[in-house]
Amino acid sequence: MAYDKFNILKSTAVPMPIENVDTDQIIPARFLKATERKGFGDNLFRDWRYNSDGTPKENFVLNNPIYSGKILVGGKNFGSGSSREHAAWAVYDYGFRCVVSSFFADIFRGNCLNIGVLPVQVSPAFLDKIFTAIEADPNTELEVNLPEQKITILATGESESFEINEYKKQNMLNGFDDIDYLLNIKNNIEEFAGNTPL
Amino acid sequence: MSKTLFDKVWDSHVVKHIENGPDVLFIDRHLVHEVTSPVAFLGLKNRGIKVLYPERTFATADHNTPTRNQHLPVKDPLSANQLKALEENANAHNIPYWGLGHKKNGIVHVIGPENGITVPGATIVCGDSHTSTHGAFGAIAFGIGTSEVEMVLSTQCIMQPKPKRMRINVNGELNKAVTPKDVALFIISQLTTSGATGYFVEYAGDVFTNMSMEGRMTVCNLSIEMGARGGMIAPDETTFDYIKGREYTPKGSDWDTAMEYWETLYSDEDAVFDKELTFEANEIEPMITFGTNPGMGMAISNNIPLAESIDGAVATFKKSLEYMDYNEGEAMVGKPIDFVFLGSCTNGRIEDFRAFASIVKGRKKADNVTAWLVPGSHKVEEAIKEEGILDILEEAGFELREPGCSACLAMNDDKIPAGKYAVSTSNRNFEGRQGPGARTLLASPLVAAAAAVTGKVTDPRELMQEEALV
Repeated sequence: MAYDKFNILKSTAVPMPIENVDTDQIIPARFLKATERKGFGDNLFRDWRYNSDGTPKENFVLNNPIYSGKILVGGKNFGSGSSREHAAWAVYDYGFRCVVSSFFADIFRGNCLNIGVLPVQVSPAFLDKIFTAIEADPNTELEVNLPEQKITILATGESESFEINEYKKQNMLNGFDDIDYLLNIKNNIEEFAGNTPL
Repeated sequence: MSKTLFDKVWDSHVVKHIENGPDVLFIDRHLVHEVTSPVAFLGLKNRGIKVLYPERTFATADHNTPTRNQHLPVKDPLSANQLKALEENANAHNIPYWGLGHKKNGIVHVIGPENGITVPGATIVCGDSHTSTHGAFGAIAFGIGTSEVEMVLSTQCIMQPKPKRMRINVNGELNKAVTPKDVALFIISQLTTSGATGYFVEYAGDVFTNMSMEGRMTVCNLSIEMGARGGMIAPDETTFDYIKGREYTPKGSDWDTAMEYWETLYSDEDAVFDKELTFEANEIEPMITFGTNPGMGMAISNNIPLAESIDGAVATFKKSLEYMDYNEGEAMVGKPIDFVFLGSCTNGRIEDFRAFASIVKGRKKADNVTAWLVPGSHKVEEAIKEEGILDILEEAGFELREPGCSACLAMNDDKIPAGKYAVSTSNRNFEGRQGPGARTLLASPLVAAAAAVTGKVTDPRELMQEEALV
């Protein structure tokens, strides 16, 4: 499914300085029963966000009105566990377009890239700087510049570059997805399949 | 040039390499289930295209299915709708579909190998992270997201950068009561849940050479829990004996041709790995987890580590213990438990039920324990009955349920209640994984059985010793 183009994103950010945030926390399995891709944002971090009676947990960051924005900043090893793309959908549907961490789990990173959420991996030291800056001022803005592969804390001017492979970068910049690419080389695939017994 | 096992299989499936980008990887076999496929099928519909090679895809219902009264309509309307969508999609695209009640139905990673869909040297994907299970056969197998499910359905390819290579050797002989699950939990506890991220792991050494296919599947299954893309073991006689004659494996001269290829599937002697780790089998004891990720495991006789000794964020560690309502430094042995879950794609195979039965035989289920024993498939269920295991279980006060993923992820009614403790043979002890507020202790079928008959965390060696004395 094609998605919105990503170029330069300037936004405040939501801090979540917890390590090993797994995709069961991002969206618990009992909310994976849909047959269409909609409404997952409502259940993003469901069990951290709401009590069992449905009332919001006041001390959870998404329920704290001083934090908002299109960037989610998480601790090391963000998105581990289940391959459910619903986790990336929930992040997107809630309104985040970028997740920053010092380390991402593989499948979650791939899922994000496939649906138009940019995973930005920074050094542990830079991640600490971001958390510190947001703690000092929740209105701190970050700038994620995809063409230049650079993330900047605007209040302090501190920045760091990040990696993304050229192919995925072009996809994100143009809103292309992998199926568009694959369908274009269908002849190569069919030839390959012809030589590959079941 | 010398190559690793992983390189041999990966490289032979690259349709196209993109400079500074991913490889276009051809997928031999694709497994789908009801939860991660409907949006992918919808994508095909929106693009107006059909499944390119339906004969390479197999569908089963497992994640969202009840484990009782499967002959009755599914009560939860959302679950029923998802199951119906899978059936309709499979029918519309001519994909073999083994739904509820079908004799080949079961957990996707149990039925793949059982029916010979899983073969050495193949590339196998599924929208489920425990697809790594199939690596036990020397296949490259890994979990994918729904966008990738759509790619495979529409083009039989995915686009992924090639992971790095890691080899994990475990040499020597395993101690008594140490099962493949313990080997895996031990390795994960050493590497942490992100220690193998970015790598594809090959398991090698005496322990894996001597391990059954069921055991190898358990180990490869848990590769994802240390962040690895997947794990694999070079195929050998054990592998070939297991797959020969199964429904989808090659027959006659095709078998001979396949064997010629399969026998080349090993890491060349001087092949280079990006990382290599070696452990001794005798370091490993029966394991149990005490926290909220699979890396938080330890020998069952140890005490919960102190926060100050942890390599990682102390706050995250403390949050985890708080969720479990455990304290640092406490012993795990003797902790009361409420539930036991035997099953899942990790430990829902016949060997796991044999192991469980070996402990509960002649004993009784503890009164304070609710036990859910869920076979991985109907074939496993049949074997349990044929081998007389069901009689042992029933005599000890246990009941056998019908196949499915069940309490491993608690999408169906099999939810551990908030605050309760479950010793589970499944793969994840994340917060709420087995139900909102549920607390999970991951362990082997032997440890689960010991807990089921004593009502608390018990070292299975104690119960096995008793037997030796009798």
